[in-house]
Amino acid sequence: MGDDDQQHGGYQIDLGNLTAFDPHHQFSSVPDSREDLVKECIAHGTKLIQAVADALFNLPSTEDASGPIVSLPPPSTKLPREKPLPKPKPPTKWEVFAKKKGIQNRKKDKLVYDEQTSSWKRRHGYDRVNDDNDIPIIEAKMTDEPGVDPFAKRRSEKKQRVDKQEKNCLHNLKEASKVGALPSHVQLAATALPITGTQAAPRKVSKDELQNVAGMAATSTASGGKFDKKLAGEKPPKHDKKYRKFLPVVEGSGMGSLEKQQSDKILNKLMSKNSHEIFNVGKAVDMYNAKSDKKRRNQQGKSSSTSSKLKVKNSPYKNKPTKKSSTKGKSK
Amino acid sequence: MRRSCVAPPIDYIMLRIKTPKSLRANRELEKRAPKLVENGKKTLILHGTKTSNVLNDVLTEIYHLKKDNSVKYSRRNDNIRPFESGGETSLEFYSLKTDCSLFVFGSHSKKRPDNLVIGRTYDHHIYDLVGVENFKSMKSCSYDKKIAPLIGSKPFFAFIGEGFENVEELKHLKEVLLDLFRGQVVSSLNLAGLDRVYVCTAVSSNKVLFTHCALRLKKSGTTVPRVELVEVGPSMDFVVRRHRLPDESLKKEAMKIAPELIRKKEKNVSKDAIEGKIGKIYVPDQQVGNASLPFTPKGVKRVRREAKAKGEDNKQWEKKQKQHDDVSA
Repeated sequence: MGDDDQQHGGYQIDLGNLTAFDPHHQFSSVPDSREDLVKECIAHGTKLIQAVADALFNLPSTEDASGPIVSLPPPSTKLPREKPLPKPKPPTKWEVFAKKKGIQNRKKDKLVYDEQTSSWKRRHGYDRVNDDNDIPIIEAKMTDEPGVDPFAKRRSEKKQRVDKQEKNCLHNLKEASKVGALPSHVQLAATALPITGTQAAPRKVSKDELQNVAGMAATSTASGGKFDKKLAGEKPPKHDKKYRKFLPVVEGSGMGSLEKQQSDKILNKLMSKNSHEIFNVGKAVDMYNAKSDKKRRNQQGKSSSTSSKLKVKNSPYKNKPTKKSSTKGKSK
Repeated sequence: MRRSCVAPPIDYIMLRIKTPKSLRANRELEKRAPKLVENGKKTLILHGTKTSNVLNDVLTEIYHLKKDNSVKYSRRNDNIRPFESGGETSLEFYSLKTDCSLFVFGSHSKKRPDNLVIGRTYDHHIYDLVGVENFKSMKSCSYDKKIAPLIGSKPFFAFIGEGFENVEELKHLKEVLLDLFRGQVVSSLNLAGLDRVYVCTAVSSNKVLFTHCALRLKKSGTTVPRVELVEVGPSMDFVVRRHRLPDESLKKEAMKIAPELIRKKEKNVSKDAIEGKIGKIYVPDQQVGNASLPFTPKGVKRVRREAKAKGEDNKQWEKKQKQHDDVSA
């Protein structure tokens, strides 16, 4: 422990930085040519460096293969840090408990002797000691209830333990982040914001929903969204702005009577509302029977393992008969 | 702890623990975290809208001097103006991304030709700046290739001139140059690996001559070798233009040393040239009367007899009678 900053012939020497500073030198006359100036500077610099080297080589050194090694004192010129000082992290829940109880941390071995196989097995990982999944038989105790599956119970207990551990982990991280001492590789990110009032966490909104909402917002302007500029990627509005559909005055050929279709549609709607015979019992019974026959056939087919090519394929394009009310000719 | 998982919805704020998905990324983050004893500072070298030939050479030279701990950007950056309040955001962003706390920014304009701005950052925000004009620079002189200094060797520094103490700007420049070129702070040094020297001379109140020399250690009679400097590498003249000192509160925070690192002075120990190391021990006065003995003294028998014979009312020498309480059956 000596002075790091020594005065050697008027120079200030900082050994930690290998620096020598001559504060008393004055250039009485600046030499004209740059080369002379440089030479003078170098000559003077040599003197300073010699002083530093004197101090440096006089330090106690240890011999090494590559050369003498000297332990430098810490630098005396203070320079600013580049990052703020790290804050000490608060003790975790377990650490507080362990300190209170006086529990010491014991180092565990990687290999553990397994009594069953009388061999050394690893503690964690593949083919480990006391693996929960390897237990073939669990003996029943007097306290066991008859209907409870002990294996499932063990699994659920383990899951509970894991969840509790994660909750504690998160709590510790939150405590650390409150102080500002979060470990450098961890970031806590909020995935959703809370809703005050209801206790349900809001679910994530899907793309279609967002598009719908955007469309609704657009049409809720004073001019009905007619003059809004559409951004790239925005779908055109679903509703065609026209809410009333008028039939053409003169019907073109080859379209089928539109007016007849329109009035038919309205009539059917009215009739089906007020008709009592909405359910065609016969047709329903036939459909049910056909369905159950098909099912029976499928099951037999599976057990006799016919090739799939011979099976009747369910074509998705064929229209299947659905339970609709047939109003052909039925009227009350 | 699972790497990134959704916390169970016990809290109403759903928090997700984000950790890097690979161990390598984890290690990189650890390297960049704030520490008690910091890593060496890295330098970012870049230039602005226009550069001159001289400036280009200077920037490449500085990059070569600090090859192992600096990053050089080759594109021009139009929106960086270090001395203006809004023009620093880009610099701070680059400093954050490359983890560099020193930067050298070169620019050339009619008003300020061959301008170099050397700056430092604290917590990736601008700490202080020094703007210098690179008056003249000469790259390489002819020298013997064998004595060329290796990359990464710890340099010697020589500061000459009273200007470095008296003039505010030169004092600042001295500190910044020291920070820029000193390399990593080491506690043990191999004396065979010393081979470079930076000589800075304050020629006038605003002009500084900066030279980089190689070091040769020659045999001398004593254990200390004779030092010889050979000019190698860039030599520049700096004319200090403008500078910005750090904010007082920021400076205070940046200069803070961790309380664990302050060496505590050993109390009651002193070193003497004649006697060697002397320590002082302070012994408090002994209280003989109040010393606790292993047994409780009841009184010596003879003293008790005499007291009884005298018939004094000494309650302490009387035997205390047992009090028989009424014991209920």
